[in-house]
Amino acid sequence: MRRRKTDYLWIGVFVVLVAFAIPWFLWGNAATWSGLPVWLWWHIGWMVLASVAFALFARGAWDRGMNVDPEEVGFDG
Amino acid sequence: MAESELLVQLGVVGAYLVVALAVGVLAYRVTGRDAEDYYLASRSIGTGVLLFTTFATLLSAFTFFGGPNLAYAAGPEWILVMGLMDGILFAILWYVIGYRQWLIGRYERYVTLGEMLGDRFGSKRLRALVAGVSLFWLFPYVMLQQMGAGEAIVGLSDGAVPYWVGAAAITLFMIVYVVLAGLRGVAWTDTIQGVFMLGIVWIAVGWVLSAAGGLDAVSASLAASNPEFLSLGGGVYSPQWMIAQAVTIAFGVAMFPQINQRFFVARDVRVLKRSFALWPVLVLLLFVPAFLLGTWAAGLGVAVPEGANVVPVVLNAYTPGWFAALVVAGAMAAMMSSSDSMLLSGSSYLTRDLYRPFVNPDADAARETWIARLGVAAFAIGTFVVSLFRPGTLITVGDTAFGGYAQLALPVIVALYWPRTTRQGMFAGIVGSQVFYVAHVFVPAATIGGVTVLGSAYFTWDFALYGMALSLFLTVGGSLLTAADADERAERFAVGTRAD
Repeated sequence: MRRRKTDYLWIGVFVVLVAFAIPWFLWGNAATWSGLPVWLWWHIGWMVLASVAFALFARGAWDRGMNVDPEEVGFDG
Repeated sequence: MAESELLVQLGVVGAYLVVALAVGVLAYRVTGRDAEDYYLASRSIGTGVLLFTTFATLLSAFTFFGGPNLAYAAGPEWILVMGLMDGILFAILWYVIGYRQWLIGRYERYVTLGEMLGDRFGSKRLRALVAGVSLFWLFPYVMLQQMGAGEAIVGLSDGAVPYWVGAAAITLFMIVYVVLAGLRGVAWTDTIQGVFMLGIVWIAVGWVLSAAGGLDAVSASLAASNPEFLSLGGGVYSPQWMIAQAVTIAFGVAMFPQINQRFFVARDVRVLKRSFALWPVLVLLLFVPAFLLGTWAAGLGVAVPEGANVVPVVLNAYTPGWFAALVVAGAMAAMMSSSDSMLLSGSSYLTRDLYRPFVNPDADAARETWIARLGVAAFAIGTFVVSLFRPGTLITVGDTAFGGYAQLALPVIVALYWPRTTRQGMFAGIVGSQVFYVAHVFVPAATIGGVTVLGSAYFTWDFALYGMALSLFLTVGGSLLTAADADERAERFAVGTRAD
């Protein structure tokens, strides 16, 4: 049961990462901060966040969807 | 332009090519003569090289020319499309398709996508279909790269070197290079090229900013001249268009031969994991500065002549000639790192999936290697000749290829994960969606009974997305309606032993 829950959690994380890669709520917004549009700052932050999320996924849940054991794949880092 | 300056610029580009060639020769000396080593470097690629070779391969003339031109004309929102497409969606596909293919390929020693699917479904015809469809879309895309290189040299030399000379020189260089170096050499130069491009684009941004008075000044002049560029959306940028571009290109990229083949080459799982996590950061580091250069050019009032590219023009205005030459060399690096990988993969599809199974099943290893290299040359010369006629614009040709590959992605994902998939289902999904897509690209739109068919969109959504939905529907539906033949081997894709 716990395994199931974690799976859904990761699917949810990926869905959110995809859905807000473009900040729809800033549509038509032209505000700038430090010389760049606010929506561009969102993009910068979002890419860093995605990178962190992917690193955590790779560390903790990588083989979840593949039906393999870490030992089977050889080195597991 | 002064004679001496032209010589300096051509010298920079020439020096760059010599470095690349030296790496190629080095790789040639350590590359074995068998196909797995030539095409896949014996599945021995580490994190840094895999990350940069995939990244550099992904970059095309679009990063330095088409993309900044788009940002100059319509605003920088393409950065967000890039982020969704390459930073997020492609990274997820890297896991969903890439890791799975790597696991399967490692056990069964597959070299191409067609080989993998053909073996799983016990069908030489399916293998040939996948290779044929892939080569059909690869051809215009390689041509696009050659056009980019030719234009880069025209821009650099202010027209002193004609288009065809530039494109011919690059084509010849690449043939020699790829024939010699194989994947190992291609991956090594990709890494050098990727680091070079990344460095050069940031120096360019710094230089232009300091010459133009800083980020705030540039931003203020942009707000005065093109206020609509700062606001998200507007002009060509509609939500439907941005989503359609991101989705079709991300799925298309995963099926591009030179990218798809990269899924087989990782040394171990750690390499795949690290590349996966670093991906969004790399996307961020390259595309934001490249597209901002084009956007700022609009605010700075840089006039771009008809048919010219904005990045060389803005650099010529704000930086010395030798630096502009370095950036054009960077653009050529981007173009070459894509093209050399495409030539290599195209040749592997040609020889392993078409020549060997159909023309000469008994070809020995030496003959296959020879044919592989001949294929590289034939492919490159063919695209060069066609590029002289310049059919269509850069972006249109490129988008057509990405959408065409995107039609392959969902049938492949279904096959990778669903054991119930049948050969007939695969044929239905691939042939049906390709026919649908090609008809929309080439047949003019018509209005029948008040409904426009074969247009660029249905209900404001791009036709490529409907093609993808159709490919999924036909693959799943066809598989449900037919039974697997005795020679279909679902167990080939059944990786892993863990009971769940």
